[in-house]
Amino acid sequence: MKSHRFSEQALSDWMKGDGPESDIVISSRIRIARNLNHHPFPLLATKEQSLEVMEQLAAIGASGKLEPIGHFDTIVLSDLTELEKRVLVEKHLISPNLANESRGGAFILSDNESVSIMINEEDHLRIQCLYPGFQIQEAWTLANRIDDIFEAETEYAFDEKRGYLTTCPTNVGTGIRVSIMVHLPALVLSSQINRILQAVTQVGLAVRGLYGEGSEALGNVFQISNQITLGQSESEIIDNLYSVAKQIIEHEKAARIRLLAESKLRIEDRVKRSYGILSYAAIMDTKEAAQRLSDVRLGVDLGLLDNITPQVMNELMIMTQPGFLQQVFKETMNAEQRDYRRAELIRKQLRSQMEHGGA
Amino acid sequence: MICQECGKKPATLHFTKIVGGEKTEFHICEACARERGEGIPGTANGFSIHSLLSGLLDFDPSGTSGSAGTKPCPVIRCDECGFTYAQFSKIGRFGCSACYKHFSDKLDPLLKRVHGSTVHTGKIPKRSGGQLQNKRELDQLRRELYDRIEQEEFESAAQIRDRIRELERKIAEL
Repeated sequence: MKSHRFSEQALSDWMKGDGPESDIVISSRIRIARNLNHHPFPLLATKEQSLEVMEQLAAIGASGKLEPIGHFDTIVLSDLTELEKRVLVEKHLISPNLANESRGGAFILSDNESVSIMINEEDHLRIQCLYPGFQIQEAWTLANRIDDIFEAETEYAFDEKRGYLTTCPTNVGTGIRVSIMVHLPALVLSSQINRILQAVTQVGLAVRGLYGEGSEALGNVFQISNQITLGQSESEIIDNLYSVAKQIIEHEKAARIRLLAESKLRIEDRVKRSYGILSYAAIMDTKEAAQRLSDVRLGVDLGLLDNITPQVMNELMIMTQPGFLQQVFKETMNAEQRDYRRAELIRKQLRSQMEHGGA
Repeated sequence: MICQECGKKPATLHFTKIVGGEKTEFHICEACARERGEGIPGTANGFSIHSLLSGLLDFDPSGTSGSAGTKPCPVIRCDECGFTYAQFSKIGRFGCSACYKHFSDKLDPLLKRVHGSTVHTGKIPKRSGGQLQNKRELDQLRRELYDRIEQEEFESAAQIRDRIRELERKIAEL
């Protein structure tokens, strides 16, 4: 079986780029949900009906209409191993729902992995655009363009009153989900995080962990997204999230400055301890790895640690996930073996950073 | 159980907060709860819309005997996919796009609660939203027509009138 490029490296090409505010905002994402008219939603579709939808949408992907944006490949879920699916989820290229529950599921992936167009997820079509740093407007511009391309070739389920019709009533209207992934260690350390997250939920936004709904906020990484999709225009939704995110970024920056001013030694000690442990430990579970990597990333951002690039932390966050780990070492492992291998991988990566002087 | 905040007094307030499916448990004493100044956090807004959805769907704003002419508990069914309203309210998902039409009467309170609104104001697709776009265009053309007539530009006014007629015919056909 041919090996796909997406499972070889942890960092998608788009992630290597630098975006605005990238010391706090890891990535920005837009997802739009669309359905085809006169086809039952994936939930009720028979195997045949799902395949019909898949063929129709995949044909648009293969028609060359997307070429002005970049080169795309269509990948059918049933051609992938369980491990490959898991790696794709860990890289945020497909949703857990598409990986595990879809019938006739497929996705159209751009070469730099910035665009993933999922077919037969909860809705027939889910267009996802990922950008590094704080670039939600840019992500929306691209997603909107792709939406226009699909719309020209097919008939969407749309209602004058309700807008774009989706399987779940929480997505109806614009079908848009805007989200940013933010690293907020200083707000967590200064115990301000709960207050801020609570305020965020009050203005119609939701906060989740690194891997979406139901996942824990590992390594002080939070996902903030809009909850409302109906009654507001796309630009209102984006502007709302933008201004809230902007405030959170400012709070985090202020908290970092305060940390340095008030307890520099303690922070330096914490960061360097974590770096030491990551550099030498023999066993490392996911939770501890995430926390220690968060410390080290903060150390890099505060200028307390040299020789490490910020990207290596993003990369290790993904590489140390269970699926990717097994992909790297090409073996299936139980939790204990994974903790051992995870420690080994982190040691190796950090050492090679040292040798290359962080370049 | 000891209070999570001060670690001294016994915890008397226990609550579970679920935000977007993420569960957090708090066990604190009354003094600390007061100090945080937030009463019992999470109860007002920290719930998962998904988990509350089916509760909202059963919500009948007009009361059981509100709507005249309907018998109690008629089965509301989508003609196109056969999905019933009862099934929808159980899983919180629609079967097909036509469900929105068939369940329309019941959706307003739900959408109002989830989104604070019931009407779409965002993007319109060029094709399936054609009707809406035609209507918006028609309004625009009519305004233009009056302008032209006022300025006595009758030749271009006639052209606009023709376009209005064409558009009206198109709307009638659809």
